[in-house]
Amino acid sequence: MGNLTATGPLDWRDEIFAVLKRAEIRQVGYVPDAGHARLIELCRDDPAIRAVPLTTEEEGVALLAGAWLGGQRGALLMQSSGVGNCINMLAMTKTCRFPLTMLVTMRGEWAEFNPWQVPMGSKTQAALELCDVLVYRVERPEDAAETVAAALDIAFNGDLATAVLLSQRMIGAKRWVK
Amino acid sequence: MISNNRRLDRRAAIRTLLENRGPLLLVTGLGSTTWDAASVGDDERNFYLWGAMGAAAMMGLGLAIARPDRRVLVVTGDGEMLMGLGSLATIGVQRPPNLAIAVFDNARYGETGMQASHTAEAVELLGVARACGFKETFDITDELGLREFAAYIHDAATTLCARVAIRADEPPRVLPPPRDGVFLKSRFRRAIGAEA
Repeated sequence: MGNLTATGPLDWRDEIFAVLKRAEIRQVGYVPDAGHARLIELCRDDPAIRAVPLTTEEEGVALLAGAWLGGQRGALLMQSSGVGNCINMLAMTKTCRFPLTMLVTMRGEWAEFNPWQVPMGSKTQAALELCDVLVYRVERPEDAAETVAAALDIAFNGDLATAVLLSQRMIGAKRWVK
Repeated sequence: MISNNRRLDRRAAIRTLLENRGPLLLVTGLGSTTWDAASVGDDERNFYLWGAMGAAAMMGLGLAIARPDRRVLVVTGDGEMLMGLGSLATIGVQRPPNLAIAVFDNARYGETGMQASHTAEAVELLGVARACGFKETFDITDELGLREFAAYIHDAATTLCARVAIRADEPPRVLPPPRDGVFLKSRFRRAIGAEA
């Protein structure tokens, strides 16, 4: 796991979780990720949320479309590398106007040690926008919760796809040398 | 490999699965299974995938979790299931009791010219499902087996996965099922009370 740096008395990850609860999110699809580790743990521990580990991120796009067909709201947690895996599934999101909110922890940008992360990380926002996903970037912990809340509002009020990119600088760059 | 003439007719197979469907909710995969379902008669509780190959089983999972009070059947083809093979692992972990997956396996990619799929050569989908944690799997090669499965969908206690051996043919397509995704989504949600 990465070295997560605490950012204050109330962690932004806990604040995002509170936002998911307020938005009545009932299904959370995720691929395990260091940046989302805390949020995933909170979702898994909540009896009102079904946290579904995925083998690949596009499964989550389909999972949440099914959830919405059945009347439940969901959110999808992934790392920027997973955005590339979702591209073809996002065609369904757009064609059917399924509401979708993806919370994306960024890799391949601020102080990235692994060059293999850079090609996808540097094109994550552009790739999402090419697919007509509305993208909101968060650089400061104090903006995280309200940005996620705004993205969920737009998604569920307008049957639209949104993504919140949580910057690598804010998350804290992953370090492999212990 | 079962010889082609001993396999089931796909249109007859879908009729058997749906003839006593009751309140069953249906998701079909990209390709021929969407046409199969519509051949029985279009229904507002059917959600047809016309794209997103590999999505069918996962849509069924999200729907089954959201609606534990309803039974959900996914009918898809071997090629579509192969594209979402990882979803068998994901579903194997969750195993909602109200979900059943029926893979119509003709060992061909029917939409693209009947090229052989992996199931024609080496891959056993039910073996994959079992290895992924599915507790009840069904290899269906005759009408009786299909009838038993069709009935069992309605009171199973775990996620089911069936492989239905169907003939590699292309029955005539009449009355295209709706392709408008927003329409399909909205009528489905209204039909089950998820939308006013």
